[in-house]
Amino acid sequence: MSAMKHSLLTLDARTKKRNAAEKRFKACGLSAIVVAMLALVVLLVSVFGSGASAFRQTYIAIEVPFPEAKLDQSGVRDPDVMSQVTTLGYEPLLVDGLLAAIDAAGIATEMSDKDIGALISKEAPATVRNFVLANPDVIGSSATFDLLASGRIDGFFKGRVTMESAALDGNTSPEALQLAQDLRDAGIIQTRFNWNFLIAPDASDQRPEAAGLGVAILGSLYMMIVVLVLALPIGVAASIYLEEFAPKTWWTDVIEVNISNLAAVPSIVYGILGLAIFINFMEFNQSSPLVGGLVLTLMTLPTIIISTRASLKSVPPSIRDAALGVGASKMQSVLHHALPLAAPGILTGTIIGLAQALGETAPLLLIGMVAFVREYPAAYTPDAGLFGEASTALPVQVFNWTQRADPGFVERASGAIITLLVFLLIMNTIAIVLRRKFERRW
Amino acid sequence: MSTEDTIKISAKNVQVHYDDTHAIKDVNVEIADKAVTAFIGPSGCGKSTFLRCINRMNDTIDICRVTGEILIDGEDIYDKRVDPVQLRAKVGMVFQKPNPFPKSIYDNVAYGPRIHGLANSKSELDDIVENALRRSAIWDEVKDRLQAPGTGLSGGQQQRLCIARAVATEPQVLLMDEPCSSLDPIATVQVEELIDDLRKSYCVVIVTHSMHQAARVSQKTAFFHLGNLVEFGDTDKIFTNPEDPRTESYISGRIG
Repeated sequence: MSAMKHSLLTLDARTKKRNAAEKRFKACGLSAIVVAMLALVVLLVSVFGSGASAFRQTYIAIEVPFPEAKLDQSGVRDPDVMSQVTTLGYEPLLVDGLLAAIDAAGIATEMSDKDIGALISKEAPATVRNFVLANPDVIGSSATFDLLASGRIDGFFKGRVTMESAALDGNTSPEALQLAQDLRDAGIIQTRFNWNFLIAPDASDQRPEAAGLGVAILGSLYMMIVVLVLALPIGVAASIYLEEFAPKTWWTDVIEVNISNLAAVPSIVYGILGLAIFINFMEFNQSSPLVGGLVLTLMTLPTIIISTRASLKSVPPSIRDAALGVGASKMQSVLHHALPLAAPGILTGTIIGLAQALGETAPLLLIGMVAFVREYPAAYTPDAGLFGEASTALPVQVFNWTQRADPGFVERASGAIITLLVFLLIMNTIAIVLRRKFERRW
Repeated sequence: MSTEDTIKISAKNVQVHYDDTHAIKDVNVEIADKAVTAFIGPSGCGKSTFLRCINRMNDTIDICRVTGEILIDGEDIYDKRVDPVQLRAKVGMVFQKPNPFPKSIYDNVAYGPRIHGLANSKSELDDIVENALRRSAIWDEVKDRLQAPGTGLSGGQQQRLCIARAVATEPQVLLMDEPCSSLDPIATVQVEELIDDLRKSYCVVIVTHSMHQAARVSQKTAFFHLGNLVEFGDTDKIFTNPEDPRTESYISGRIG
């Protein structure tokens, strides 16, 4: 102890040094947060910047004639006979309709009929054909359709395709874009909100304008149902047993360590496991949401078990003592007291596990969910069983679309990411709301 | 002192081990019915451990091993045929820290009767709850807010609620593990008065670290030291004329 007198009004060297260290530490923390926020902003801006337009789509409104001579020469209006006319037979009708619309609007163009027809999506004839087969009586009359514009025209109105890029593009030309612009001015071409992006199934490589997430969303939904139904009860039961009933022996220690390790196993390993067990050994259908759900269940179980055990552990022992003290059995003390108090934590863990499973891609690639699927999978069919029909999933659809050549798919992939993010956001919000609702103090 | 001579609990050669630690060494004691018996002694002397043997709460601790006999009404509670759950309905317990369930006041008291099937109807259950709350001297304070959460009461009220919860299952023995240690002096007085009242109907065993409290509420006192039951006798005698020098030094404040 030195008896040196020192004024409190001036800082001594040591205090100055400590204050400086504190300031540096704060600055480091702050800059870390700023970097993280910036990364997030860049991510969101780039995803939304290129993906938001997937939710808008360009349509051409034209009246399509249905001449009997071309569509039903037999005259019996039997859809089975009429289905002999393929989409190729419908294409000229659409072009006729468009030419008539151009004439009616008084737009002059020097393009060939074939080039004008290229304004319409290759998907459109199928739309018209399906309509005619479903309503054979329309033959002889005509009907007005909002038909998909081709990917390049759609891109033009979203700013992806320009006159300059069109001049170098084999699939379109500046004249076509000019015509499209004129048609838009005449009100024949419109760009509006695109429900089909969320509802329609995937489309082939040349038709990004028709591709939608319908099958992928359905597949992801089925898988989440499988995961929830299997992982929650199994995970909670396992945690309750391990936490409350299992004797603390060498064995339970081993199990505990392994569960923690399982949570860190790369997800693709679960895919290999699923391929070996569920597809090769148990012979479930490839690409089915059932197998996908089972694999994701295995992957989610450790997450649920760890969070459930943590929340059971955090229930104060005094509550268990109180229950045992009035003569409750071990099970009653767990079910009546510990479990309700742990419920918010369990729910949060489960939803976070589900969200993780929803965004998982790698294991699904291995079990064939990357296939091109245009049929909506049924939840149950006698042939394929429960959730047994081939399907894709949201993250796999993103993966799939990013690999395709047509630039239209960049927008689709980003749109799918936005959809995925929205689902994750909804799930996390549910987790927060549930936790708030069930949270109790003791 | 109206100490009756009926023996309710009788411990014979009780030994408790935690792994290698010998926590209770050969304790023999006979606890009278309709009286308050206090266990006193310095921290870590084993008084709480011994108390928890009487309703087999030590069973929940894996490493704890109990040998010897504890008889309640002549039946060995460590007999293989005894289900501790049934025992604990007969031997109620109040803990050091008030630990009401995070439920309503009503549900706190009604929980025991419900799981033991003591009430056949809602009105019977209402009666049991009211009765238990009255006997715990808290009825007047809570009768208008039975559906309010039990955790919202003050510390003293919470502890009396816990006593009501223990009383509601119609036990014959009430074990209290330092019931006033987390209460303020006024709440302590209330709980002590309640303990004195409860002795009319129950065999009460209380662990306390306050010698004054033992002197105020108990008829018999047992002094524990380092796992041994050093001295057991009438409270008056222990505090005025202890036989063992260790008891004397503890009471006079030289050890502990």
